[in-house]
Amino acid sequence: MSTIRDDIRRGLNDIWPAMVAAAPIGLLFGALAAGKGLSPLEVFLMSAMVFAGGAQFAAVELWTTPAPVAALVFSTLLINARHILMGASLAPKLDGFSRWQKLLGLAYMADENWALAEKRARTHRLTPAYWFAMVVPFVSAWLMTSTLGASIGAVLGDPKRLGADFAFTALFIALVAAFWKGRVTFWTVAAAGIASAVTYRLAGPPWHVGAGAVCGLAAAWLAAGSDARLVTEEAKA
Amino acid sequence: MSVDPINFIAFLGMAIVTYGTRVAGLALAGRLNLSPRAQAAFDAIPPAVLVAVIAPSALATGWAETAAAAITVLAATRLPLLGVVAVGVLAVVGFRAVM
Repeated sequence: MSTIRDDIRRGLNDIWPAMVAAAPIGLLFGALAAGKGLSPLEVFLMSAMVFAGGAQFAAVELWTTPAPVAALVFSTLLINARHILMGASLAPKLDGFSRWQKLLGLAYMADENWALAEKRARTHRLTPAYWFAMVVPFVSAWLMTSTLGASIGAVLGDPKRLGADFAFTALFIALVAAFWKGRVTFWTVAAAGIASAVTYRLAGPPWHVGAGAVCGLAAAWLAAGSDARLVTEEAKA
Repeated sequence: MSVDPINFIAFLGMAIVTYGTRVAGLALAGRLNLSPRAQAAFDAIPPAVLVAVIAPSALATGWAETAAAAITVLAATRLPLLGVVAVGVLAVVGFRAVM
């Protein structure tokens, strides 16, 4: 029994810095969602049902009334497609989990707790106690801070007055910097940005998201291909 | 405190595709073998989508927004997340006041 208690304590120890880092981001998300007219209850529901920071920010940026459901779902699917690879990497390390524990536990897999679990799995067997000790407080904190942010944002009023409408753009630029992997990312960003802005001017929303994403992926594919050739040519020489 | 039915449908759609991506790995584990090129394209999905979402606001709204985006890019090379957001918001308020 003491091992379960140890795993819970270890999980709580590992997750709390990520919780502290995510708290202001949850407040910001809630305030921006309120600026688009979402109620605190709606923000709570979105955070509880989707629980994916990047996709939720993108959704609120795209939000209009009535909600453009197809564009929101498409953008969410694209941004969260990385979970497929994360899950494929984590799945073999979950042999201590029952089927239901896997299906429930993975529902709240995010970048932060995934990375911590991968790190833990290098030296220890992953247990449900460790995983859920990370997930339960992390999810609770996201629900509380985003709902609180929505309540505060509703009081602050028009976000454009404070420049808060630009907070999305700034946040996304910062997130792109976190995903930076050199030359391939440069071509991805250039192609996605130009294609999206041009499509927005010519065809209007929501087509700019799909057009920008597809051109960005094509650019990554092309840029990585010339890299691969370079590597083989160097190997031959 | 209300929930718009269309908004709820949007949440539901977003939740279903997100859950799908989270459990897909259980079926794929050990069977996914991407070429380096396909891996690079997959890795590029998050930045490509993030940039595609904000490009109209950064590049097709006005000079104040484009100038603030350029300052934000510089800030992103050396500041943490919330610092970058603060610089971007202050820059856009400043440029809107003078442009």
